[in-house]
Amino acid sequence: MGTAISAIKLTKKFGAFTAVDAISFEVQEGEIFGFLGANGAGKSTAMKMLTGLLSPTSGEGSVAGFDVYKQAEKIKRNIGYMSQKFALYDDLTVRENVRFFGGIYGLKRREVLEKTERLLEELELQSVEKQLVGSLPLGWKQRLAFSVALLHDPRIVFLDEPTGGVDPITRRQLWEMIYKAAAQGVTVFVTTHYMDEAEYCDRVSIMVNGKIEALDTPGNLKQAYSAGSMDEVFLRLARG
Amino acid sequence: MIFSMQAISIHNIQKSFGKVMAVNDVSFDVRPGELFGLIGPDGAGKTTLFRILATLQLPDSGNASVLGYDVVKDYAQIRRRIGYMPGRFSLYQDLTVRENLEFFAAIFGTSIEANYHLIKDIYSQLEPFKNRRAGQLSGGMKQKLALSCALIHQPELLLLDEPTTGVDAVSRKEFWDMLDRIKGLNISILVSTPYMDEASRCDRIALIQHGKILSLDTPDGLLRSYKKPLLAVRTASMYRLIQDLREYDQTDTAFPFGEYLHLTTKDRVGEGAVADFLQKKGHEKIEVKPAAATVEDCFMALMQ
Repeated sequence: MGTAISAIKLTKKFGAFTAVDAISFEVQEGEIFGFLGANGAGKSTAMKMLTGLLSPTSGEGSVAGFDVYKQAEKIKRNIGYMSQKFALYDDLTVRENVRFFGGIYGLKRREVLEKTERLLEELELQSVEKQLVGSLPLGWKQRLAFSVALLHDPRIVFLDEPTGGVDPITRRQLWEMIYKAAAQGVTVFVTTHYMDEAEYCDRVSIMVNGKIEALDTPGNLKQAYSAGSMDEVFLRLARG
Repeated sequence: MIFSMQAISIHNIQKSFGKVMAVNDVSFDVRPGELFGLIGPDGAGKTTLFRILATLQLPDSGNASVLGYDVVKDYAQIRRRIGYMPGRFSLYQDLTVRENLEFFAAIFGTSIEANYHLIKDIYSQLEPFKNRRAGQLSGGMKQKLALSCALIHQPELLLLDEPTTGVDAVSRKEFWDMLDRIKGLNISILVSTPYMDEASRCDRIALIQHGKILSLDTPDGLLRSYKKPLLAVRTASMYRLIQDLREYDQTDTAFPFGEYLHLTTKDRVGEGAVADFLQKKGHEKIEVKPAAATVEDCFMALMQ
């Protein structure tokens, strides 16, 4: 398997403040990589650099084989992205949202049609395809948003707190979709505040004050910190 | 009314927005000095209920009293006596930390100095940044400032709408420690959260979904009420485990819970039978053992 994401001493400074401090790691293709850290640890800044939205101050990084400095546009076109805060347009219907994002990612008309049908069937959303997304229950919206993030068959998908605020059953349905995507070879880069979800990742990194303090499988991290759960590992590390 | 007055008393409150029934016939009491948790996902109706109790929204039907005052007739009395922290950060972004706090003290006719003892523990962590604009604070610090502003007039009741949403696990734990200390000051607290693991920090909890209360109990009482046989299952591959157990004819529900999967079965199936089934499916490192229910197990059982 190849490398999907690589960062070497990737750094971002805002004036005198170092938000991301020389982080280095690799994510393998098809891996579910959990990116954890306290609020303000630098996760969002790191993610912005990896998704081509923010140019690093120094260090190297590549995503899907593209350079984070010179090929930011190519990165954006070749990744999927979903966040809890913004995912879909509430005042477009289910079908219009899918068509819109298909268009944004440059899919052909026929492709969009085919994919829309398949997606509506898989999610069992045919009966609500003409409803505004804003009127759907949050759980349906989030599952739709995840599918839309994968519409253009990206090899990597970035998920920023995809399960925030959803009910416990939907939370697990989303994780099953994540597992399924990973089993099909999609690399998943995911942040969460639910520590039980850290257990679902193949490997987990924990950021503290701009640095990656720990990076390993959940099993090895628990062993290394003599902790019974990822929650304990996190509590021990996150305050630096 | 004065004897045994509840901090909050809600009777058959109902509120719709168009076709959506946000709060559907909700009734419960919060006792004086109690830390009461309203637990449910986004869209469950938590915020609407808070807005009704904070006298910012009128119910369609039913009635509620806060500190003995009616939420419709006596709104002015209630507003003076409660501290309300909305889910969305609602302080003045372009005032500094100190200015926000002074402002909220002043509109309630008091001063920071007069009530400093209430906020000392929380505000001392903000003091190094007291000249920073509120809009420039990190999420955790905004939350501490909002709590300080809700406390500065010495309210008898705090209404905290999802104070820990989007906050990391460590900051969440610190926030609940703060609530414990505030409770010690004889302030009643109604707090909502989508994080079910926070239920254990409350005296009593109400689980809410689609505008309806699913259960109201102490955290221990809720867990004891879970009657289904529950097994924790683990093998080398969680994804395959989920798929295979969904096919198992004895499976009622199969959901991942951290490193284990929680399995409920239709009949009382032994651990051995489940392990045998997984062995036949070619799983490795099979582990099956009885599990204790969590608040999420209870919530999922109630919402199905």
